[in-house]
Amino acid sequence: MNRFSSLDIKLIRDIWHMRGQAIAVGIIVACGVAIMVMALGTLSTLRASRDAYYERYRFADVFASVRRAPESAAARLREIDGVQTVETRIVRLVILRIEGLEEPANAQIVSLPDEGESVLNRIVLFGGRYPETRSADEIIISNAFAEANGLGPGDTIEAVMNGRLRALNIVGVGDSPEFIYALGPGTLLPDDRLFGIFWMRRRALEAAFDLDGAFNSVSLTVAPGIETDPVIDQVDDVLAPYGGTGAFDRSDQLSNAFVESEMEQLKTMAQIIPSVFLIVSAILINSILNRLIQTERQQIGLIKAFGYSRWEIAWHYLKLAIAITGGGVLAGFALGFVLENLVTQLYKETFRIPNLTWRVDGLSLIIGAAAAMGSAIGGAMSASLGAAKLSPAEAMSPAPPVNYQQGWLRYILQMRWLDEPTRLILRHIFRFPARTAANLFGIAAAVMLLIGTLFSFDSIDDMMDQMFFRTNAHDAAVTFFEARNDTAVSELSRLPGVLAAEGVRDVPARLESTWRSERVSITGLPANASLRRVLSADGRYVDLPETGLVLSSQLAGMLKVTTGDTVTAHVLDGTRPVADLPVTAIIDESIGTPAFMDLSALNAMMDQPPTVSGAYLKLDPRHQADFEDSVIERPGIAGVSLRAAAIASFEETLQETIYIMMGIYAVIGGAIAAGVVYNAARISLTERGRELASLRVLGFTNAEVGYILLGELALIALVGIPLGCLGGLGLAHLIASAMATELYRIPVRVDPSTMGFAALIVLVSSTVAALFVVRRVRSLDLIAVLKTRE
Amino acid sequence: MPNQTDARRTPTDPATPDILMWGKGLERTYVTGEVSVQALRGVDVSLKRGELVVLLGPSGSGKSTLLNILGGLDRPTAGELHFDGHDLTAANDDELTRYRRRSVGFVFQFYNLVAGLTARENVSLVTEIAEKPMKPEDALDLVGLGARTKHFPAQLSGGEQQRVAVARAIAKRPQILFCDEPTGALDSATGVRVLEALERVNTELSTTVLIITHNVGIGEIADRVLRMSDGKIIEETRPGRRVRPSDISW
Repeated sequence: MNRFSSLDIKLIRDIWHMRGQAIAVGIIVACGVAIMVMALGTLSTLRASRDAYYERYRFADVFASVRRAPESAAARLREIDGVQTVETRIVRLVILRIEGLEEPANAQIVSLPDEGESVLNRIVLFGGRYPETRSADEIIISNAFAEANGLGPGDTIEAVMNGRLRALNIVGVGDSPEFIYALGPGTLLPDDRLFGIFWMRRRALEAAFDLDGAFNSVSLTVAPGIETDPVIDQVDDVLAPYGGTGAFDRSDQLSNAFVESEMEQLKTMAQIIPSVFLIVSAILINSILNRLIQTERQQIGLIKAFGYSRWEIAWHYLKLAIAITGGGVLAGFALGFVLENLVTQLYKETFRIPNLTWRVDGLSLIIGAAAAMGSAIGGAMSASLGAAKLSPAEAMSPAPPVNYQQGWLRYILQMRWLDEPTRLILRHIFRFPARTAANLFGIAAAVMLLIGTLFSFDSIDDMMDQMFFRTNAHDAAVTFFEARNDTAVSELSRLPGVLAAEGVRDVPARLESTWRSERVSITGLPANASLRRVLSADGRYVDLPETGLVLSSQLAGMLKVTTGDTVTAHVLDGTRPVADLPVTAIIDESIGTPAFMDLSALNAMMDQPPTVSGAYLKLDPRHQADFEDSVIERPGIAGVSLRAAAIASFEETLQETIYIMMGIYAVIGGAIAAGVVYNAARISLTERGRELASLRVLGFTNAEVGYILLGELALIALVGIPLGCLGGLGLAHLIASAMATELYRIPVRVDPSTMGFAALIVLVSSTVAALFVVRRVRSLDLIAVLKTRE
Repeated sequence: MPNQTDARRTPTDPATPDILMWGKGLERTYVTGEVSVQALRGVDVSLKRGELVVLLGPSGSGKSTLLNILGGLDRPTAGELHFDGHDLTAANDDELTRYRRRSVGFVFQFYNLVAGLTARENVSLVTEIAEKPMKPEDALDLVGLGARTKHFPAQLSGGEQQRVAVARAIAKRPQILFCDEPTGALDSATGVRVLEALERVNTELSTTVLIITHNVGIGEIADRVLRMSDGKIIEETRPGRRVRPSDISW
């Protein structure tokens, strides 16, 4: 017995007959589903692995830094309601000396208890062992740093600790949940070669940094279900007398914030980009079904005359859409797995989460399939219902001929200089406005998607330009352990190779406006600073006013303030002054949410003499090595970062991924364009095959007939590409604002070359798709047209 | 059966200057899978300049196959074919396209007008690619449609559409006009108007016209009538006097 009904057999044959178009739609569905599966799957993998890591290695809930607090303060922290575990420690930046490394490298050195392991933020040990109890020179180093520098247990590394060069013995390699994303001072991307995390016994660090019986960092956990905000307030109260700089929870912990921000971006990607694909596939399904139903009109009438119900007819055509989409969904799963695996590998380099391995995420598959099926049914619904509604008698008579009328376009279309094939193309375009609009949308969507993804590379260029050239004219940035008198700047300026030095001071503060509150760092820059400057949104330099606060647009948005408003600054350092400051300018910064003040005004507000926490230096390139040798031996210096090294590392990191990502985007953008054009050309050929064959009989060449067939699509592409460029700008803005986080904001910049590249990809893929169809013009049956009625 | 003898005695004579087209021993076999059908079994045919010839025969007699081969839409499997001094026997696709473009006009049974173009535009579609065409308006005047130039096919009756098709076919001043059942889809009165248009083209422009039909009555308007059966021309007759289309009916 046959398992398929006759209608199902017809369905299978229909699909086989239109397999080219089915494949074109399937590819577009597959791209959309793949991106969704990739983004949601990676998101789920990342979240599950991170959460497991956090739980197993006891990532803390609240963190605080303090200048120097006695151990007794810890007891008071334990008394705070809801606090479960408190661990005090010493955390310091040190400068490293590594054989063969020209640039100065830094490490964040974190204390371990004198015996045993940490209670919170515990280390996952990949090799070696813990330092001996109370050992003075044994360290565990972070895995990425060990790999990048080829270091391991048994090796020695030199670090400048409080001005003294010390040889440290590596005994272990490990990681901790606190440093999944490890950023060195003054850098934007992790550079595993130049920045590492070291763990060392506490006694040794107390001695090295004059912190006997004291701590400068604390982390704690709160009981499940307890809000962190009240705990943070109480921690601040306890630590304020000891120079606390404001406690924060996981959302402000740098490493966690970067992971969160990446996960947000994956979520945005899963929402925006696949929807473009699925809208296009729905439109294609709609046009294919409309055409098919037009061709099968008489069959539909016949089937209905046999007694099939409306619902059976509608379901028959819906099934066709579902079958085509189903193939795309399965291909999308496979492609999604490949992409997910690839992206997970990339994340492994960036996010140091042990056991970050790709796994199948059932939910992402269900969501991907549901979204694709939803769009297929949406696209097929009106055509299927239209078929169901046909009355048998009406359906069995041939469709009325297309009635072209001389509409308002007659004046344009009657112009004598138009040749007839071109007139025919134009008339066809205007005769079927819905179809023209759908094809126009398809082409524009391809360009739009390409620009909406490729613009990020222009934007990164823009960010780099702003970061490394327009706002930062310095060659080196020096960070002090703690705020110092500004004579430190003139001391630095006397070092060999230093041409100019300007002080800078970062002060932690909580800015408040009405009920909104943000924890930020206020950066004080000297009047007429030339080594670190700020830019307005239109790219002009902004001079810091003598009074008041200059906010980044991101921060101003978070606080909902604008120029002329007043914000209250609760300084979290020194005597913790509170001041009302007018917002005097809004500036454009891509990284973080900075706030700037005039350095003198900042020091005056702090009621302190001229004080700095770091300096920007202009170096003589001929004496840079001398500078590096002398700077790292000076006491009080926590870190030195060189701009050249930062640029090189930035570029190196980007080069690795940029071509892969551009390639992927180009392929999927091209797939949309090819799918749209192939489908449109096939439909046109089916509809007009008889007409075109007649023209061949009348002596038109294949090329001339090809012109009539494809001229319409060429014209649509000509209009669709610039429309897509406009849409792409819009999509770029949408994606940039959806992906903006407190950590960084993608500036929207679309270079003409990017638009050109997008247009080129769409043109090339459209042309290839069109040529596939034009081949069929050669096989038009010239004899059949003489004998058949339309 | 004198006519049959006649057919055998009047093979093509390449040397005669008033012969426009001739074919000799034309055969056409269609092979589909294991079945092969011989549609033409050695046809000898010639068409003179300015002649109006009607090719009669029942369905399946091979007349459409012959028209396809003469019109450059198909190639014979055997035999030879010449047009105005050119050998078409082994012409490739491009050469056949050129032949159709320069020398041939077609009128189809179902008109095959381009729905998106008006009557005038349908005609100029062809005049644009022709070397010395007449003005589209003149061609339409010739078929009596000078007043309907701006109408789209959907706005014209069947007979009017077919006359547009005739105008389209003759506007490029072809040397030969092939008409495949030109009245097949029309009633008698309308068909007569189409035949009048064809006759006018033949007499006023001296275009050679070959009409294929199964309608015996139409043979009366011809200079010569060829009758086909079973893939062969079995009879050739020459009516003494051409009857005007308005005087025939079916």
